[in-house]
Amino acid sequence: MKKIYPNKAVCIGCHLCEVACVTAHSKSKDIILAHNVEKAQEGLAPRRNVAQEGPVCVALSCRHCEEPMCVAACISGALTKNPETGRCEYNEEQCVGCWSCLMACPFGSIRRHPVKEKIIKCDLCAGRDMPACVEACPNAGLIYEDRGKD
Amino acid sequence: MAFAPINKNYHDFFVVRDKDACINCQVCVRQCSYGVHYWDEARQCVRHDNTKCIGCHRCEAYCPTQALLIQEKPSNFKPNALWRPVFIKNVYKQADSGGVLLAGMGSPVDIPVYWDKLLLDASQVTNPSIDPLREPMELRTYLGSKPTRLEFETTPEGPRLKTPTKPNIKLNIPIMFSAMSFGSINFNLHVAMARAATEVGTYYNTGEGGLHESLYKYGPNTIVQVASGRFGVHSDYLNAGAAIEIKIGQGAKPGIGGHLPGEKINAMVSETRMVPLGSDAISPAPHHDIYSIEDLHQLIYALKEASDYKKPVSVKIAAVHNVAAIASGVVRAGADIVAIDGMRGGTGAAPAMIRDNVGIPIELALASVDQRLRDEGIRNDASVVVAGGTRCSADVIKAIALGADAVYIATAALLAVGCTLCARCYTGKCPWGIATNDPYLAKRQNPDIAAKKMANLMKAWAHEIEEMLGGMGLNSIESLRGNRDKLRAVGLSQSEMDILGVKPAGR
Repeated sequence: MKKIYPNKAVCIGCHLCEVACVTAHSKSKDIILAHNVEKAQEGLAPRRNVAQEGPVCVALSCRHCEEPMCVAACISGALTKNPETGRCEYNEEQCVGCWSCLMACPFGSIRRHPVKEKIIKCDLCAGRDMPACVEACPNAGLIYEDRGKD
Repeated sequence: MAFAPINKNYHDFFVVRDKDACINCQVCVRQCSYGVHYWDEARQCVRHDNTKCIGCHRCEAYCPTQALLIQEKPSNFKPNALWRPVFIKNVYKQADSGGVLLAGMGSPVDIPVYWDKLLLDASQVTNPSIDPLREPMELRTYLGSKPTRLEFETTPEGPRLKTPTKPNIKLNIPIMFSAMSFGSINFNLHVAMARAATEVGTYYNTGEGGLHESLYKYGPNTIVQVASGRFGVHSDYLNAGAAIEIKIGQGAKPGIGGHLPGEKINAMVSETRMVPLGSDAISPAPHHDIYSIEDLHQLIYALKEASDYKKPVSVKIAAVHNVAAIASGVVRAGADIVAIDGMRGGTGAAPAMIRDNVGIPIELALASVDQRLRDEGIRNDASVVVAGGTRCSADVIKAIALGADAVYIATAALLAVGCTLCARCYTGKCPWGIATNDPYLAKRQNPDIAAKKMANLMKAWAHEIEEMLGGMGLNSIESLRGNRDKLRAVGLSQSEMDILGVKPAGR
């Protein structure tokens, strides 16, 4: 399946991927409203996060694992592995906010929702051909491609 | 901002932030290497300090909501034709620092740009123009010494060339990437230049900082430089490239050497330059073994000997007042290529007074060198390559019509990868990741993207050159070389036209 691969050699730590993520997952799909209104009112937050140590940066998010630990750990069936697309999908309505997936994810790719008792997680921009973060990256620091099995 | 020296308020730029559009994403904060933008914890918003802005436009380019505008601060000094603001501010700076004013990139001063005063010809009625999309168009160029005449002998197998030929390098387009040393620009851009030159079939010049071993594989498209500091010069290096260039002078700073500060000497630069980590790399003003044309002759032949007479040797000189006589001496000393660098050529660092006041424009230097070498009957002995202030393909084609064999571009290549000519290369903080070896900044140049952009620029200019040649009814760049009849001048004095060897428009 096609996944997003970060390249830390050229990630410049600008966080434009986060900006794009927030915008793409907002109700308004408007960059200014998403950040200046929805972020505060609804706890809109990026599903991709740039980690930085010294000069090294890398933009991390869900890796949509072949054998996802989060899905195995989910007690409510909110997290599932779609056998067709290979994506690890999240159904917010079913989530009970137990944080088991947070504990199980070995990559720290799942975060708590800032205001709700829910999680936030990358959905590879369901409905878009190209994930917003990949499209927004100015330095090809995120590559969306099929590299076979991990 | 408070408690700053009074002069700090005479800064050159200011930031206009559209507060309605700003989303406080802090992209500008992270992109600015000069600390202009910052997160104000008390006010919980992004703010900026105008005094630190150097006008590189990085934040403006990266702002996702176009909320930023960088503007030149209108001068608040009383208008004065003599004491223009730049001079006033320079005096303030030096009164504070007691130091030499440093500058980067090419001279911004208002000296005539002769390219703009020269116009090209085109075919009408009496001779047909050529459509380069339908008919072959030859841009191939060979650089190096050419025989003045050819002698053949007949053998049972057919005619055979008797005249010995000297090594030449083959360019698919008459444009090369000029010398920018590894250290002054970072490794990512050296990789990019090497790949771009290989892709389009031309050459890039290593500059005086040596050649990292991992780039030896691009050797067939590399010109290795030997400058006064002799950084990274060894036998393998000399034989790694396709040609060797002795750098005598640089257009941006004729008569002076170079100084790469120790902060820019990281492990890779140190290894390549063969200088200790963190130590200043100082290029002396002269080569300490060259004090005459005879000495230059010795070095040229030492390098030819070291490379088994298989590579052409170029000598790069700055365009100065007696450039024609100097070039003649250089050719007689055995150079296969004379590279002339005009006063608008770029630099990573130069004293501003030298950059802005020393040397002559490349157009005049080129015309006088080409004429002098022709008059002396030695024009075929060496190719002439010009550098310094080539902005577009029309400048290239005008240079070739004035007598150049090829053109070196460097500033244009940097512009292709984002440079905005803020001219602070000497600080090592280049926000575009060009003139910096800081690992956090240098990775802003993704070699894959940079190589593509540089190659695109070369290809685009090549297409335009083909169009212009076709318009003149020529199907080969060779037919334009030194063909000054294809040029006419507007708004030039008789003596300028005499030097350029062109007629006024209308005649």
